[in-house]
Amino acid sequence: MSWTRKLLRVNLSTGTCTAEDLNMEWAQKYLGSRGLATKYFIEETDPKVDPLSPDNKLIMSTGPLTGTCASTAGRYTVVTKGALTGAIACSNSGGFFGNELKNAGWDMIIFEGKAEKPVYLKLINEKAELVDASKYWGKSCWDTEEGLKADLQDPQARVASIGVSGEQGVKYACIVNDMDRAAGRSGVGTVMGSKNLKAVVLRGTRGVRVDDPIAFMDATNAGKAVLAENPVTGQGLPTYGTQVLMNVINEMGAMPTRNFRDVQFEGAANISGEKMHEVRADGTKNLVTNAACYGCTIACQRVSTVERTHYTVKDRPQYQGASGGLEYEAAWSLGSECGVDDIEALTFANFICNEQGYDPISFGATVGAAMELFEMGVLTLEHTGGIELKFGNAKALTDCAELVGKAEGFGAELGLGSARLCEKYGHPELSMSVKKQEFPAYDARGIQGMGLTYATSNRGACHLRSYTVSSEVLGIPEKTDPLATDGKAGLVMAFQDATAAVDSSGLCIFTTFAWSLEDIAPQVNAACEGDWTVESLLECGERIWNMERQYNLAAGFTGKDDTLPKRLLKDAAKTGPAKGKVSGLDKMLPEYYEIRGWDANGVPKAETLNRLGLS
Amino acid sequence: MQKALNINADKCTGCLQCEVACSFEHTGTFNPSKSRIKVFKFHDEGRFVPYTCTQCAEAWCLQACPVEAISYDAETGAKVVADSACVGCKVCTIACPFGTVNYVPDTGKVAKCDLCGGDPKCATACPTDAITYVDASMTGLEKMRAWAAKTDAGLQAEA
Ligand code: SF4
Ligand code: SF4
Repeated sequence: MSWTRKLLRVNLSTGTCTAEDLNMEWAQKYLGSRGLATKYFIEETDPKVDPLSPDNKLIMSTGPLTGTCASTAGRYTVVTKGALTGAIACSNSGGFFGNELKNAGWDMIIFEGKAEKPVYLKLINEKAELVDASKYWGKSCWDTEEGLKADLQDPQARVASIGVSGEQGVKYACIVNDMDRAAGRSGVGTVMGSKNLKAVVLRGTRGVRVDDPIAFMDATNAGKAVLAENPVTGQGLPTYGTQVLMNVINEMGAMPTRNFRDVQFEGAANISGEKMHEVRADGTKNLVTNAACYGCTIACQRVSTVERTHYTVKDRPQYQGASGGLEYEAAWSLGSECGVDDIEALTFANFICNEQGYDPISFGATVGAAMELFEMGVLTLEHTGGIELKFGNAKALTDCAELVGKAEGFGAELGLGSARLCEKYGHPELSMSVKKQEFPAYDARGIQGMGLTYATSNRGACHLRSYTVSSEVLGIPEKTDPLATDGKAGLVMAFQDATAAVDSSGLCIFTTFAWSLEDIAPQVNAACEGDWTVESLLECGERIWNMERQYNLAAGFTGKDDTLPKRLLKDAAKTGPAKGKVSGLDKMLPEYYEIRGWDANGVPKAETLNRLGLS
Repeated sequence: MQKALNINADKCTGCLQCEVACSFEHTGTFNPSKSRIKVFKFHDEGRFVPYTCTQCAEAWCLQACPVEAISYDAETGAKVVADSACVGCKVCTIACPFGTVNYVPDTGKVAKCDLCGGDPKCATACPTDAITYVDASMTGLEKMRAWAAKTDAGLQAEA
C-alpha cells in the first residue's frame, strides 16, 4: 500500500502527460526505485539505443519506503542508459525530492522522446504540465531551483534540475536537487539535457500511507534505535561524514593518488574530515554543521564555507555562503587524485560541481588523468588554454571546474570523461575507469574486493554497488582481510544483491553500516503488500542484478568488459601495507561467475534465469 | 506540572522527522505539508530552525475566534481547535502574531499544534533532541546549565 500505484508518463515529443496504473505484478518482483524502474526501462527501450537519442528514456522512481517515517526514506532513483557508459545507469539521490514525488501521489515518472524546445515539468499533486524553460536554459542548478520556486510562489516546492554541463553534453552531468544533493553518476543529467528537459518542480500534499501502521511504527522505531547506537551511523557519520574515511584509507595504502600512480597521499590529513573541524585563521571552520536528507536520523551531510579570503571566493560573494561540503569521494577525486591538498580549493570546486551539475568523482578523476597527460607532454598549454595542469596545482583544478561548468574551451574536452579523453590523445591505458566510468576512492590493490566490485559493477566503476569496504576495512558485518582474494567473490555477490534490494526500497545505503536485511525486511514488510523477508529481499536483489547484467549484455558488453586498467593489474602498489600488490582480479572473477550461475564468459545460465523468473 | 516544547535550533539537522510524526499523528499519513511544526532551512547560513506554536498564555487566536472553537486544555496548557466548532473563518490565523495557526483547505478548518494531548510526537521523533518536552517553568534549564559550566570555580581559577 505504500506504493501509490500510479506512474506518470511524460512524452516530451508530443508534450503529453498521462497517468497509468503501476504494474503491481512487477512491484512484487522488483520492489521499487532501482529495481522496478529498471524493469520498466528494459521492457520499454531497445538495449542498443544511443543514450542521447530521443528513443532513450529516463525514469525517476521512488521506492515503497520513500516518503514514510523510516530513517533515510527520502531517496529516489534515476534509471536510464548512461551517457558516460552506454550501460544501464542507475543513480540515486537523497535530499527532499523523492518524498515530495511520493507525496504528490506518484511512484515514478517516465520521460520519453525529446522536447522541441527546453521545457520543465511542473507537477503539483495530480496536475502535470510541461512549461517553457527557455528562460532557465543556460542557467545553473542553483539559479534554476531558486527561480522556479519564485515563479511558483512556493518556497516549499522541490526542484531537480540540470546545469549548463547537462545541457551541453558533458558526459558525466548529474541531476541536482535541493541545491547540493545529486543523482550523480553515469551521466544521467546528460541524458536529461539531450531531451531538452531542464527541470522538474514538485509539490506534493497528498500524504503517504503504509499497509500496517502499527507494525510499521514498531519496525521503524527499532531501526532508528539501532542506527543511534551504532558507532558509525550514530557517531562517525554525523561528526565527520563520509570523510571519516580519509585518514583510515590513506593509512592502509588504498588511497588512489595522482591518477593511481601512488596509493598514499602525503596531503591526506589536510583534506580530511578532521581538517574540516579545525579553526581557520579567521576564526571560522570549514564545516558549518552536519545536515540530514529527508527523514534521516544519521545526518551525514556536510555543510561548509570556503574561507572568505581564499582566492576562489574573495571577490565573489555568491560563493561565500554555506553550501554542500566535501564528502569523502569528492575530497578524494578533487584532492589526492589530483595531488591537491588545499581543502578550501576542493570545497570551492565541489560547490561548482553542485552549482553547475556534474559529478565530482568523474570530473576529478578526469582532471587527474589529464594532469598525467600534461606532465607527459601529450597535453600542452595550447590544449589547456594556458592552464598549468600539473599535479598539485589547486588553481588549475578550480579553473578546470569552472570551465567544465560552462563546457567551454578545455572544459569541453574534460567533459568527455577520462576514457574518451585519454583515447583521443592516444593513451587509453591512462583512464582509470571501467565501462568508461571513473573509479571512486578506493584502490583495488589495497582493498581487493573493490577490484572485483569495480570490474563487475553494472553501471561501470562504482563503490555503491557492493561496498565491501564495510567488511574489508570496517569489519561490518565481519572483518575480512583487504589484501586477500579468497572469499571475495562470495562477499561481492552478497553485497551486490543486498544493495540492489536496499536501493529498491527507497532507503539510503549508509543505513547498512548498522542495518542488515534483518532490520530492513520488517520495515518493508509492514509498509507494503506481499511477503517481504530477508530471503525474498535477497532474491529480489539477485534478480535485479541479473536483470541489469542481461541488459548490459544485450547492449553489447561482454565478459571482456569485466576488467580493470592495466595499472591496477600490473603495476604494484609502491608504499604502505599493500606494497608490492596488484589487483588479483584474475583469481576472483572466475569464481564470481561460477557462484553467480553464469558461464565462463559471464553470461547468466538458463537455469539461473529460470530460478530468478527472468527467462 | 505543565510542560512545554523546548526548541534548540542548534541541534537541528533538518531531517523533518518532527514534521512527519506530526502529520502522521493528525492525519494518519506521512505528509509534511500537513505538519503543525515547520522546519525552516537557511541554506546559505547552514541553519535549520524548527518553529511551532508556543501556546501563549493569553492566546490571540483563542481571543479572536468568534465561535469559541479554540479552547484551553488546562492539563497541557495547549490551545486546542475543536474541528466540530471551527467554521474556517481564519480570523485566528490573522490574529496569531507568529503564523502558527493555519487554514487547511482540505478540511475547511484551521490547524495548530495541540501538543498531541500531552505526548508531542515531534519531540519523540526528533533524533537530536532539538525538540524536547520539558517543565514549562524551566525551559531555560539547559541554557542555564551550559552557562553554569562556563562559570564554575575551576574555569574562574584558570582565568
Ligand atoms: S546517511 Fe547521509 S546521505 Fe544517507 S540519507 Fe542520511 S544524510 Fe542523506
Ligand atoms: S526532528 Fe529534530 S532534527 Fe529533525 S528536523 Fe525536526 S527538530 Fe530538526
